[in-house]
Amino acid sequence: MFYIFCPYCDERREEEEFHPSGQAHLVRPTDPESVSDEAWGDYLFFRDNPRGIHHEMWVHRLGCRKFFNITRDTTTYEILETYPMGEQPTITAETARVRREQGVQTADGGWQTVGAQPENSTLNEETSS
Amino acid sequence: MQRYSGFSLVKHALSHHENWQRHWRNPTPKKRYDVIIVGGGGHGLATAWYLAKEFGITNVAVIEKGWLGGGNTARNTTIVRSNYLWDEAGRLYNHSLDLWKGLSQDLNYNVMFSQRGVLNLAHTLQDMRDVQRRVNANRLNGIDSEVVTPEQIKEIEPALDTSKRARYPIMGASWQQSAGVARHDAVAWGFARGADSLGVDLLQNTEVTGFKIRDGQIYGVHTNRGDIEAQTVGCVAAGNSGVLANMAGLKLPLESHPLQALVSEPLKPILNTVTMSNHVHGYASQSDKGDLVIGAGIDGYLGYGQRGSFPTVEHTLQAIVEMFPMFSRVRMNRQWGGIVDTCPDACPILSKTKVKGLYFNCGWGTGGFKATPGSGHVFAASLAKGEMHPIAAPFSIDRFHTGALIDEHGAAGVAH
Ligand SMILES: Cc1cc2nc3c(=O)[nH]c(=O)nc-3n(C[C@H](O)[C@H](O)[C@H](O)COP(=O)(O)OP(=O)(O)OC[C@H]3O[C@@H](n4cnc5c(N)ncnc54)[C@H](O)[C@@H]3O)c2cc1C
Ligand SMILES: [Zn+2]
Repeated sequence: MFYIFCPYCDERREEEEFHPSGQAHLVRPTDPESVSDEAWGDYLFFRDNPRGIHHEMWVHRLGCRKFFNITRDTTTYEILETYPMGEQPTITAETARVRREQGVQTADGGWQTVGAQPENSTLNEETSS
Repeated sequence: MQRYSGFSLVKHALSHHENWQRHWRNPTPKKRYDVIIVGGGGHGLATAWYLAKEFGITNVAVIEKGWLGGGNTARNTTIVRSNYLWDEAGRLYNHSLDLWKGLSQDLNYNVMFSQRGVLNLAHTLQDMRDVQRRVNANRLNGIDSEVVTPEQIKEIEPALDTSKRARYPIMGASWQQSAGVARHDAVAWGFARGADSLGVDLLQNTEVTGFKIRDGQIYGVHTNRGDIEAQTVGCVAAGNSGVLANMAGLKLPLESHPLQALVSEPLKPILNTVTMSNHVHGYASQSDKGDLVIGAGIDGYLGYGQRGSFPTVEHTLQAIVEMFPMFSRVRMNRQWGGIVDTCPDACPILSKTKVKGLYFNCGWGTGGFKATPGSGHVFAASLAKGEMHPIAAPFSIDRFHTGALIDEHGAAGVAH
């Protein structure tokens, strides 16, 4: 069960209010008539499908009904960040790998490397208070 | 290989069933094989068996990162049917259905194939039109299929709420009598035992971590147990196919999603057949053990976690209670997920790739169990001859650039 932060409503809401809408940051060819079949097929059908960090679009379908982006790990399902349309992710496969190796400070003051939360997550603060 | 029969059962009873032979060997990998199959699920094992049995290629390794049949093969809800809309898909799944009929005999292994029939319900006018269209297409392709009325449905499956009081009253259904279910584990084990007895090496706990490619030709794989060479490599890795393709510098039009299923506590026999509804969005059958076997659609997000989220479970059970109100107080025993490799046109990919000698058999998504023998057979033929088998040829990866898609979303939406 996801507990998702909508960057427009500025609060966490339950997964059922949202709907996943596939890979984020896809750019439609500006002139579809002039692209090759290869490029058009790639645009329509071929997605990243990574085992690990994925940038994906979600819609807050039963809330503000706006689309936004999520960076999520497809193996742990951990949501690393959410950000509005038009913005770029701050966490990528590259930076997440570094973070995972270095680990992060946990709420109880310990040091966690496996399944590490990003520093900007407020989840730890909420559970400790 | 020790043959199974009524006689062998009696004989082994005398020694308290303590002397049955092991199903298969646990060999050390050789340096080189003629063919390597990556992925020891039903499809990979079937491919190996047909390679050895029909095409005389026995110097084969099946490389499996976990244990045999532990992927989607062990996680599916075992529905077998062939009532797909388009000619290409109808041929593929019907070829498989034909092989299912003699499979227990061919393998000398009881796969418990039970042709108890499948109902695909229609709840709206558009559903009815779709059912009629699909039934007509099936009949033109020699696939047994008919349209049945609510009265006939009541005869077939009395537990279904066919009344007008239902929230989504049932208007009719398609009925494939020759469809049914089979025992998933037995399918994997039967193919594995058969392949092993013909000399195929089944390498478990061996993970492919990369490919050896030279001048555009494959010549082996890297594994956690060292390199293994072969000029022909077939990847049959379901949800992990995209990860493997990446290792070879290829991209596949697949998305990996969790697909969940659940079983109830065992009940006395109550369901006669398999019932599915695209519209209400759920399906159920009853296993020989007595548990209701229940499933529905995928979780909408990408995931490799072999589990899904609870809202999906809740929606699934809402659908089941809508169709079978009498199950409202049945308790669920277990719930799990598999990673399904969904394809944009809901049809599989059986294809050569840009790398010579490297083939993929994937994209079966939510509905490949039924195809296990057929897929293994046509894929083995393709690997053996170096040319795609005519039944497999339309499922080339090229179709995502030529536009020749085979759209089976209607036949394969929530129906698996
Ligand atoms: C919940 C659920 C219900 C389903 N219901 C039905 C149904 O009712 N009817 C139906 O027809 N289909 C159904 N399906 C779909 C069906 O299960 C699959 O299409 C089919 O089993 C796929 O078989 P496979 O052998 O290709 O894959 P799998 O059985 O998943 O085998 C692939 C194997 O590849 C291995 N592998 C992956 N990567 C590597 C690597 N790098 N190195 C070595 N090995 C690797 C995996 O460990 C795995 O064992 C369902 C699926 C699920 C999850
Ligand atoms: Zn919102």
